[in-house]
Amino acid sequence: MDDLLWIFISTLLVNNFVLAYFLGLCPFLGVSGQLETSFRLGLATTFVLVVTALCAWILNTYVLIYAPYLRLISFIVVIASVVQFIEMSIKKLSPSLFKSLGIFLPLITTNCAILGLAIFATNRGYGLLEGLVFALGAGGGFTLAMVLMAGIRQETEIMDVPALIRGTAFNLIIAGILSMAFMGFAGLFSAA
Amino acid sequence: MATDASAYEEMLKGLWRENPTFVQVLGMCPMLAVTNSATNALVMGLATLFVLVGSSLLVSSFKRWIPKQVRISLYIIIIATFVTVVDYSLLALVPAIHKELGAFIPLIVANCMILGRQEAFASKHSIKYAVMDAIGMSLGFLIALLALGSVREILGSGSLFNVDLFGANFEPWVIMILPPGGFLTLGLLLLFFNWFTERRKQFLLKVAQADQSVAIVGVKDNG
Repeated sequence: MDDLLWIFISTLLVNNFVLAYFLGLCPFLGVSGQLETSFRLGLATTFVLVVTALCAWILNTYVLIYAPYLRLISFIVVIASVVQFIEMSIKKLSPSLFKSLGIFLPLITTNCAILGLAIFATNRGYGLLEGLVFALGAGGGFTLAMVLMAGIRQETEIMDVPALIRGTAFNLIIAGILSMAFMGFAGLFSAA
Repeated sequence: MATDASAYEEMLKGLWRENPTFVQVLGMCPMLAVTNSATNALVMGLATLFVLVGSSLLVSSFKRWIPKQVRISLYIIIIATFVTVVDYSLLALVPAIHKELGAFIPLIVANCMILGRQEAFASKHSIKYAVMDAIGMSLGFLIALLALGSVREILGSGSLFNVDLFGANFEPWVIMILPPGGFLTLGLLLLFFNWFTERRKQFLLKVAQADQSVAIVGVKDNG
């Protein structure tokens, strides 16, 4: 139980997927303009991450022991088709949820956090339960980073910033400071 | 040889004018994750070069037989194949660096710059142009990686390509090789790039205005 909690907290805060591993930067820099959408995107990504962890575990346990060199290709293909499948079933079952997720659901496939999760979970030899907790932590961390970033960006919108800095350069510097703040969490475990 | 000149032009545009990192801001994940030393940056750049050139070549040669509906999945499978080749080659050739780059070699698949080039360029142009474009884009990417990696390694470890630069008295700026350093350095580099582009634009504007006033003066003289 302690192990699972450790995995969750460490992926949520200390080894945050966005701010420490640089995974999922495209939506982090691109879609973080609005608080509301960032939060929704974070939830959708968490959902896909959990499903991916499940798929990765199934693939690793039953298929890839026979052909390890197919790992990358099969991960990509399975993740893409699962996301497509989820998209279709949500559309049928709950049109309102589908509407609120909008364009983000298909875009999640190309988010490197998803593939990164599958690869990290494999490299560390996580079991099914550990993998699912890892996915939850990663998704929570992604949502946290997105929401923080969107909040800061909305605040800075009305500030008097030189036009030259506005845009990606400014966002990257904000992200750097945010990442520095998150490094403080590293003391969480060495102290205990 | 007009065609050769334009193919060359396709290659040049990736280096600066349409640089994938500084202008298009694509492929950020590997850019930031592996640039804590110049060596890692170089290896990542070369790996990306191989994958991008290989997949552009294949996509552009098979473009006639790729159905439109499934093209994205096919591109990804082609890219994933090349990445697998790179992954295993690096494991055999430079195991130490492969270990350091870790999960970020397989993650080249998710580099949106590569997929972007297939969709935007290789699927619409002949093999020669596609390959030239791929070489240019990946060289531009390599330049950005090296710039970022060198700055971070010099400031963070006081060395470049593992060669010590400053001697024993240098106090390493550790934050630079940690994640925040990546964000901050890239932010500042982008800022510098923007500033440079803006200055150049204004310089060209001034030149154009000067040309115009010279022309006007010339007309007056004639009158």
